[in-house]
Amino acid sequence: MSRATPRPIRYVTHDTVSSDNEPEGSIESVKTREELQALRERAKAALAVRDSQGGARVVVAMGTCGIAAGAREVMSALLDELALRDLTDVAVSQTGCKGLCDKEPVVVVVTAGLPAVTYGRVTPQVIRRIVADQIVNGQVVSEYAIMTGSEA
Amino acid sequence: MRELALHLLDLARNAIEAGATALTLTVTEDEPADRLEFVLQDDGRGMAPDTVARATDPFYSTRTTRRVGLGLPLLQATCERCGGRLDIHSQPGEGTVVRGNLTLSHVDRPPLGDMGAVLQALACESDHTSFRYCHRTNGATFELDTVELQRELGEVPLTDPRVLCWLAQFVNDHIRDVGSKA
Repeated sequence: MSRATPRPIRYVTHDTVSSDNEPEGSIESVKTREELQALRERAKAALAVRDSQGGARVVVAMGTCGIAAGAREVMSALLDELALRDLTDVAVSQTGCKGLCDKEPVVVVVTAGLPAVTYGRVTPQVIRRIVADQIVNGQVVSEYAIMTGSEA
Repeated sequence: MRELALHLLDLARNAIEAGATALTLTVTEDEPADRLEFVLQDDGRGMAPDTVARATDPFYSTRTTRRVGLGLPLLQATCERCGGRLDIHSQPGEGTVVRGNLTLSHVDRPPLGDMGAVLQALACESDHTSFRYCHRTNGATFELDTVELQRELGEVPLTDPRVLCWLAQFVNDHIRDVGSKA
């Protein structure tokens, strides 16, 4: 079994010339790639002024149970909300199943001055509220908190 | 699971939990042959033959937090229900390859689903586990490599939420552009 080795990115390659006369092997996504460079410039500028959230961390449980219960949708909503609010210094990571399968999707949020808060039955709407209430304003969203203190 | 993409996320999470530093995920839609094939290769710690043999047993799990392991058995059931199969090849210390296929036109086949959101979630972990994604249809191929993306981004981390939001859309746009019907 060979190790997965990185190869140069090619995005889209066409085996045949397609109907809209795209030349063979051309990169279709020039605009989108330019968007990435524009994003890079904006993000670079923001790097200089980051550290406003004091190293908050969010851990989304992504075991089979979490995924089946909607953890991927929660993760997408979380990233979208962080992007909308320009909260680039929040560390987002994942973990496996911690035995709270019936409470999935489970999310652990760690912010300065508070014990780690474990939230259960999190939905995309709830994670957006957690970002606003706990990460931005330091208030626990108590109706979804199922545990505090331990980092599940 | 409602989408194949969620199963693939589950497989990739297994690989990450197995200590993989590099994943390669390939999805191939072969319309003339009416097959949808996926392959996930990792360089994680791998499994001994007896573990591989029990990996699709729902009442077998190596974890201690619960006594069932449903990810692989559910995916195997989905593949077999749709006229396909699931194979696992693994060597301790060398990694694991999970290969599955389904009948593309099978009425019970789950849709591929939101692959962009899956790769976005995996990219959150790209500082310790890089991945390559390859989506082939008859006629076109879309390839993405997190190492290459990070190089393009320079000092801006791929894990920046604005970059990850771009990534999800980018992936779904391109999977559509290569003519995916899955």
